[in-house]
Amino acid sequence: MAQVHDASLATPLADRHQALGARIVEFGGWLMPLQYAGIIEEHRAVRSRAGLFDLSHMGELFVEGSEAAAALGYALTTEPASLKVGRAQYSMICFPDGGILDDLIVYRLGEERFMVVANASNASAVSDALAERLAGRHVVLDDRSLATALVAIQGPLAAAILAPMTGVALADLPYYGIAEGNVAGVPALIARTGYTGEDGFEVMVDVAAAGRVWDALLEAGQPVGAVPVGLGARDTLRLEAGMPLYGNELGPDTTPFEAGQGRVVKLAKEGDFVGRAALEKASAEGPRKLLVGLVVRGRGIARHGYDVFAGDRRIGVVTSGTQSPTLGQPIAMAYVTPSEAAPGTIVAVGIRDQRVPAEVVPMPFYRRPAQTTDARA
Amino acid sequence: MVPQDLRYTKEHEWVRIEGDLATVGITDFAAQQLGDVVFVDLPEVGRTVAQFEAVGVIESVKAVSDLFAPVSGDVVETNTELTSKPELLNSDPFGQGWMLRIRLTDRAALDGLLDLAAYEALTSEG
Repeated sequence: MAQVHDASLATPLADRHQALGARIVEFGGWLMPLQYAGIIEEHRAVRSRAGLFDLSHMGELFVEGSEAAAALGYALTTEPASLKVGRAQYSMICFPDGGILDDLIVYRLGEERFMVVANASNASAVSDALAERLAGRHVVLDDRSLATALVAIQGPLAAAILAPMTGVALADLPYYGIAEGNVAGVPALIARTGYTGEDGFEVMVDVAAAGRVWDALLEAGQPVGAVPVGLGARDTLRLEAGMPLYGNELGPDTTPFEAGQGRVVKLAKEGDFVGRAALEKASAEGPRKLLVGLVVRGRGIARHGYDVFAGDRRIGVVTSGTQSPTLGQPIAMAYVTPSEAAPGTIVAVGIRDQRVPAEVVPMPFYRRPAQTTDARA
Repeated sequence: MVPQDLRYTKEHEWVRIEGDLATVGITDFAAQQLGDVVFVDLPEVGRTVAQFEAVGVIESVKAVSDLFAPVSGDVVETNTELTSKPELLNSDPFGQGWMLRIRLTDRAALDGLLDLAAYEALTSEG
């Protein structure tokens, strides 16, 4: 059982989670629902219907001012100036040595206004780093993490559930798009982003309105089979979708290149940015390790921290692993030496006293069926 | 909900004694705490086990936990159906989710097990 710390923050939906019978755990400094009905059932609901997530622990940092785009371009690895208003990009904030401080989504809300969404466990570190890196620029950093609730509705029925309660035309909202509007009568930001591999939306509202939005989505979703989903299924969903998690796949000892996220490092952009020199060097020298997907071919589940072998040589370590509810097979992500990273390579995972064979496979493990999600909304 | 005729361990396992045979499983409380069980590793039939020795593994989506032998003896049978249907530990932990049978070699070890009242006191402490 996870330790429950007195200092942990409660989300504005804590009473809902309790009433729904959730098992609560401490995560990133917050008391969060781990599961309600059960991880597998919740996972399958998101893949086949829809799931409702309380992600109020995430950090929301607003950056506004005439130099907002340029200042963020210095602070982050991507180029927010290239974003159109109403669009988002996956990004990273790195240390000067090229290690990853956090992975982020940057939303452009206006010509001079951005929202940066950070992981809960890193929100204050990201806020501090941005404050330092934006200093002296014509920008204002407003950390609204504690004032903002984030409710996500994810799954093939997400658009159909959300559409009737918002004035935003969801059919016109592309993947990685964001719009300002109302949800259940509450002013909201609606983004077509998520961490599940499904179509879906993340709705950001003032904490005081979180209950109203949650209740409306649950009431509209339940008749079509939507369920509340905890962090347990969020983890299995993102793992199947091949999405890295800070603390597992991402951290200060890893560069974005090693994590397979080199596309978010815009070395061609103009001007300096924090980590540029180190990342240019890392790009030229090549990775020391590479993140790969593994499917275990023997009996057992590869878990975080288990060693990976090629013959008798230890060549890496598992960063995340589970029994995939969708594939019915044990899947994992691992860092291995680059020479063993090609799909098809057979390695072994040390599972207790056994060396169990596993195959390097391309990620994602799961890709949702092609569909006309926009028409559905 | 918790059967009366069984003995229990602090590790949330149950034991049914019939003659010199002990049938072993995990309690409903354990199954709920683990969540969805997705993998079970059981000892080889014929293996001699000592009381409270780790003899197998139960994995849920989130967690790995050891299966301990609640008594000393020889493993005479394991529930091979759990290999393909580990979810039986969640759906019927006291029935179809039984895990193994041990032929007792030391009946004195039974004194180290809990009765229902002691087990319920343990789980109600949280």
